[in-house]
Amino acid sequence: MAVTKNSKSSRIVNDFSITVGTVNGSGSSTANNTILRALFKMGIPVSGKNLFPSNIQGLPTWYTIRVNKLGFVARRDEREIIIAMNPNSFARDLADVQPGGAFFYADDIKQPITRDDITVYPMPIKQLIREQNDLPANLRDLVSNMIYVGVLAQMIGIDLEMIRSALTFHFKGKEKPITLNYDAVVAGAEWARANLEKKDPYYVEPMDKTHGMIMADGNTAGAIGSIYGGLQFTAWYPITPASSLAESLNEYLPMLRKREDGKHTYAVLQAEDELAAIGMTIGAAWSGLRSMTSTSGPGLSLMTEFMGLAYYAEVPVVVWDVQRIGPSTGLPTRTSQGDLSFSAFMGHGDTQQVILLPGGVDECFEFGWKSLDIAERLQTPVLVLSDLDMGMNQWMSKPFEYPETPLDRGKVLWEKDLEELKGNWGRYLDVDDDGITYRTFPGNKHPLAAYFLRGTGHDEYAKYSEEVPVWLRNMDRLKKKYETAKKYVPAPVVRNMRGATIGIIAYGSTESAVDEARYLLDKENGIKADFLRVRALPFNKDVKKFIEKHDVTFVVDMNRDGQMHQLLTLEYPASATKLVSVAYGDGMPASAKWVREGILAQYKKPTAAKAAAAKKVVKAKAASKSAKTAAKKPVKKAAPKKSAKK
Amino acid sequence: MTDILPMAGANVQVNAVGLSKNDYRGNPSTLCQGCGHNSISNQIISALYEMNIQPDSVAKFSGIGCSSKSPTYFLNRSFGFNGLHGRMPSVATGGLFGDHTIKGIGVSGDGDTASIGMGQFKHAVRRNVDMVYIVENNGVYGLTKGQFSATAEVGLSLKKQGVNQYLPIDICMEAIASNATFVARSFAGNPKQVKELLKAALAHNGIAVLDIISPCVTFNNQENAVHSYTWGKDHEAPLHEISFVPARQEILLEADMQDGEIREVELHDGSTIVLKNLDKDYNPTHRWEALKMLEEAQRENWLITGLIYVEPSKPSLTDTYNLVDTPLNRLTDEDLRPTRESIDKINAMMF
Repeated sequence: MAVTKNSKSSRIVNDFSITVGTVNGSGSSTANNTILRALFKMGIPVSGKNLFPSNIQGLPTWYTIRVNKLGFVARRDEREIIIAMNPNSFARDLADVQPGGAFFYADDIKQPITRDDITVYPMPIKQLIREQNDLPANLRDLVSNMIYVGVLAQMIGIDLEMIRSALTFHFKGKEKPITLNYDAVVAGAEWARANLEKKDPYYVEPMDKTHGMIMADGNTAGAIGSIYGGLQFTAWYPITPASSLAESLNEYLPMLRKREDGKHTYAVLQAEDELAAIGMTIGAAWSGLRSMTSTSGPGLSLMTEFMGLAYYAEVPVVVWDVQRIGPSTGLPTRTSQGDLSFSAFMGHGDTQQVILLPGGVDECFEFGWKSLDIAERLQTPVLVLSDLDMGMNQWMSKPFEYPETPLDRGKVLWEKDLEELKGNWGRYLDVDDDGITYRTFPGNKHPLAAYFLRGTGHDEYAKYSEEVPVWLRNMDRLKKKYETAKKYVPAPVVRNMRGATIGIIAYGSTESAVDEARYLLDKENGIKADFLRVRALPFNKDVKKFIEKHDVTFVVDMNRDGQMHQLLTLEYPASATKLVSVAYGDGMPASAKWVREGILAQYKKPTAAKAAAAKKVVKAKAASKSAKTAAKKPVKKAAPKKSAKK
Repeated sequence: MTDILPMAGANVQVNAVGLSKNDYRGNPSTLCQGCGHNSISNQIISALYEMNIQPDSVAKFSGIGCSSKSPTYFLNRSFGFNGLHGRMPSVATGGLFGDHTIKGIGVSGDGDTASIGMGQFKHAVRRNVDMVYIVENNGVYGLTKGQFSATAEVGLSLKKQGVNQYLPIDICMEAIASNATFVARSFAGNPKQVKELLKAALAHNGIAVLDIISPCVTFNNQENAVHSYTWGKDHEAPLHEISFVPARQEILLEADMQDGEIREVELHDGSTIVLKNLDKDYNPTHRWEALKMLEEAQRENWLITGLIYVEPSKPSLTDTYNLVDTPLNRLTDEDLRPTRESIDKINAMMF
């Protein structure tokens, strides 16, 4: 066995990353999910991230699992353990291992081992899989991934019972696939026990940090949350990384909304493109259904004209944008927060959209139902901005919480309401002075229920109008409604640290990276930071207070231009100089490293800064004093002259 | 509804559901005088009135253009959605899910349907959305003051535009190619036929495409232009005389009709379209014959009008969804939100 010597001898427990490099389409996801589940079942905080190409079969793909006893599960750049199953990425994978790390590889890959600062473990995958007598030949390639699961389990200490339990969950209790896969895991583990000598320092040990937690991806959570929000209609068009949201509806709706008569209370329709998807969804929303569509960047661009219509004609539609990195087609399988500015003003003309920004899987669930409530309450589009990292990767999370408030259908008038009003109503009449008006649904049989919705200029009774006062009144009311929205959208989450000298504002999937960065800034750099996570647009007063409270606030964006920083600067121009943008977008999920380094690169020590500021004040005072004296002097000089003349 | 019935002694004629023709009207038209679209609006009013359809059981949809403005001019008591250019089909597709008992009436134009909205048009057709899809076809963009549309004939000359270089799109052919279940063509100058076709279209379950040549009196009414009144009157070749017989009403055939010349098509609600073929034994339930006939008409420069194709037994889009009997938009929290107990089961499924 070619096992190189490891320099480190101390044990590193529950604090490292495992990366598996495979060929896209080789069926490694079952194997990787099994490792992830087994670790989760051992009670260790863990996350799983799939780094995959825009390709069906053949290109390299990586799966990264991070275990962290403190619960920090954001992506890390450091790779302590790499399992190389792909000849095409072998050299790169070998180079990527942290010094002192471990490198497992399929021994049929005959490539030079060029490093002696890591531990190298070859694995006879092909040989072991051939020895699996019960395994049909056509399943060999698929199941061979389980060999590395077994080898890894043996070498770092994953409980095989947990692996069996993970497989039982994955195969929903079906004995045959469970056994076939588990046998391969055991074969790998037994071979490793007999043949490999442990030289690397990485171990896992059971903890109790995942008790009561769940593991899920944001797209599934968003879909299920929408179902608990009484979702009735979705039209969608396939696009990475949003497709699995709509597909999850197809999976969970029949289960959660099953009726004895077998009939349906909902409709999910795959449209011909995103123009049609949003058009259908808006049509359904107008007809009185809880309606949502889901898409990503390019699809969102196509939806723009309709979103302007829905804003202006006041149709309550929910749009999930599972962001991927743009512009243009960009990198379809890489994450981003790059659609924020675009979404905020989506549509031509003066348009302000309501946006929700879920920060985790549990919030994807919560905003799933809440977005429908808010949309119908405000009668306006609500965009929910998730991203590929949150939407498609596995996150540890608090369980989904059953909504404690009934469905909010907003201001709707049915036949009896109109009878009480004696038919006196106007679709756009602001009777409650909150900018939100009353609406009726098709099928309402009151003779005065109907109105004609239009994207053209309209008066309080939905009649076409080109009158200047009518236009202005309507636009002012929409502005007022956006103000009202602040009462209904989720407030930001604030976490203060005693003795904090700076503030950090972030949103969405970067929360875990920011949390870890705050921990490191405190521990390593002695910088304490308060944290505010924005959860919605429009911003409410807590955001303003937070910015005003801190001398400097770093705004973390996972995009090139610092889009949240842009929006905050626009909203609070007086505080603009206190806001510092920490923006970075390379398509990879946020890491604590770039958040921390981004902050440190622009950080000025408060004492020095304060001293400088104090100096400036003194200087400025002095300057103004001398200016004043300078201004006075000529007068004084002039005076004697004058007097002299006298 | 009683409060809006005409007062006793007011001597206003009402239909079988107690509504006067006024109850089916809209606002005064702002389209040009003599516009074919206004004539079509009037026939929509008459067809619904005569068929005793409650205005609240239909919904109007349109896109952008002169034709799309016209839903303002009929059925004030029906809900309506005037959406985006070329996107009426998608809005109607979703909009008819709220209450599956509602019939859609979509009004579009040749620009709205055959250019910017071609994709959505064909997909709505393919899905068999339960609506009457009217194309008020004048071969020209009116609101933007006279540009060629995709249905304009090659060689047509328009002020400021020059000569059209491209072959026209035949909306009926496109509909049939997309598996439409009801396709008809008519001419705004033949209101009787427009009305009978509208009635048949309203009784049809699924999408009924009506391509109605509706001359633009301002921008495209030169005597030799295909979409003009003069050309239409001179070249109209009705396939058949058409009459619509509502369900539960005895079919009365004219005494002098020969059996061989009569073709009846029964629609899903039991109503019947009676076609009296004029010059040949045309079979409107045969796709291939329909396409062949359209091809021939194109070659011979005929404006063929009448029922071109019908397939009455296909389920409509909402039929295929097996929806609950109560309209979806009247469902309650209990129908829509899963039980509290279910959340534990869901959480248990998440790893």
